[in-house]
Amino acid sequence: MARMSGLTITDKIIRKAAGKENLRDSLRVGEIVTCDVDLALLLDSGGPRRIWPRLKELNAGVWDPDKIVLCTDHFVPAVDAASAAILKLTREFAAEFGIKNFFDMQGIGHLMLAENGLLQPGMFTVGGDSHSTMGGAFGCYMSGFGAIEMTGVTVTGQIWLPVPETIRINWNGDFGAGVSAKDIMLKLCRELGMNNGGKVLEFGGTTVSAMDMQERGTLCNMAAEIGAETGIVEPDETTMSAIRAGGNEPAADALDWCSDADAVYSSVHEFNAADLVPQIAAPHTPANSGAADDYRGVKIDQAYVGSCVGAKHSDLTMLAEVLRGRKVSSGTRLMVAPASNRVMTEAAADGTLAAITEAGAIMLPTGCGACAALGAGVLADGEVCISTTNRNFKGRMGSNEASVYLGSPYSVAAAAVAGEIIDPRELLS
Amino acid sequence: MNSTTGKAWVYGDNVNTDVMAPGLYFKDSMDVMAAHCLEAIDPEFAPNVQPGDVVVGAENFGVGSAREQAAMAFAYHKVGVILAGSYGRIFYRNALNFGVPLLKFPQYGEISKGDELQVDPVAGTIENRTTGMKYQVEPLPEFLLDMINAGGLMPWLHQRLQETSE
Repeated sequence: MARMSGLTITDKIIRKAAGKENLRDSLRVGEIVTCDVDLALLLDSGGPRRIWPRLKELNAGVWDPDKIVLCTDHFVPAVDAASAAILKLTREFAAEFGIKNFFDMQGIGHLMLAENGLLQPGMFTVGGDSHSTMGGAFGCYMSGFGAIEMTGVTVTGQIWLPVPETIRINWNGDFGAGVSAKDIMLKLCRELGMNNGGKVLEFGGTTVSAMDMQERGTLCNMAAEIGAETGIVEPDETTMSAIRAGGNEPAADALDWCSDADAVYSSVHEFNAADLVPQIAAPHTPANSGAADDYRGVKIDQAYVGSCVGAKHSDLTMLAEVLRGRKVSSGTRLMVAPASNRVMTEAAADGTLAAITEAGAIMLPTGCGACAALGAGVLADGEVCISTTNRNFKGRMGSNEASVYLGSPYSVAAAAVAGEIIDPRELLS
Repeated sequence: MNSTTGKAWVYGDNVNTDVMAPGLYFKDSMDVMAAHCLEAIDPEFAPNVQPGDVVVGAENFGVGSAREQAAMAFAYHKVGVILAGSYGRIFYRNALNFGVPLLKFPQYGEISKGDELQVDPVAGTIENRTTGMKYQVEPLPEFLLDMINAGGLMPWLHQRLQETSE
């Protein structure tokens, strides 16, 4: 009998979710299957305000309120009557349907899942936001969908999916000073392009094993920019510790969710972390990236540290490392919107926050904020911004005539101090 | 699902969801959002697109966020069909869910702005009446035809819920 070729962690999760765990069941790439959802993340943006009217239209309820996590993050804090109304409706939805995992203004949804130990390896999960891919850091399958599909999930607990193929991306070795997971992703946006539908990015290698969960989150978050179905990292003891820190126990089989040694990948890419230099993506796409030094001298009006990908505690730590004992350049404004209340609390407790504010940074409320032109810190015509966020599409942060450069917290901090883009390693020697 | 005939609106690679549905208008109603659809790259589109027109993208059309307003804007303008070499994954799904058919059309480069196209999404046939060229592409996925023929996810869910309650 012909031997079954090995499976990736993603193959295994899809098989379980699609009820095709028996290895004799054939499952070919591209075949559309219906998957059972273990957890669904709804946000104020495309959540209740778009789903509730449809539930009413269908005269339907919520399939399982305990499998729904609801967060307010895009429109917080309310800046006008329209955003206040969206938040009010979101709160009413949580009460109406008995959503226990409701995090109101506590931070960006993708962080709420991680901070509260809600993700387990092997889960099949979906979210109503493209950066839901971030959940893959926990060894689960987590992908983003539109509100109309989240309506379907909310009612039925199921979603259709073409079986994806997997690209394995190995990073080995140690980063040099001033280099981080964000630089990996900006480089990969350039090298893999942004058109990778139907593919899952599986990150591995010693660089990834050494990363904390927040940096792994950066990798998986920006799988969205690469256009992939999602990103995923096989679970290990770091994952187990993070689940426990979130107040949960890892499932008994958590560490069994991994790729077989002979797993079949559509391609395998090898990189050496020691060779990576700080990366910057120039307007108007994350794929328009290159070495930070190539953009030296670009004058900066606004430096922005925010969003799910760019304002975690690890990001603020990198920011503070550059800012400590320095001042933001006159003529440049540095704005920091921590990604969650817990990030703010931790940064306050360990001195990170003081280093940031003493340098002259302006602290903004927790939430998605200016990253998607929804909150404080949007840009005017002709302004130039460098940002730790994940997208720099035209008009993304406000004016269609603004320019947004993307970089790591190190690069954004260095530009804030210099008033122009520089290689952050100059300030870290 | 019927075939559609209309004029082509032609765009390049990586047309993203932020230009289809700008965040600045997120809190506004769909008519406001749709009025700004593609404004950053083509201010002529929203005021002039006609029902049945065909939007032609190149590669990775609809890259970006999960915002369904990007697909809804084309549904609002009653775009007949979208053709592109490839699509952003969430946009592709959203469009089908709103009953806007889209086909993978590798020869997008042979279409010019204003060409008159006749497209049958279920058969996967495309005729350029301006140049006389005819194309056969992969039709809509069979697995999804029930939903697409129902008019999108909402009418399909409605049908399903009625069946299970009977």
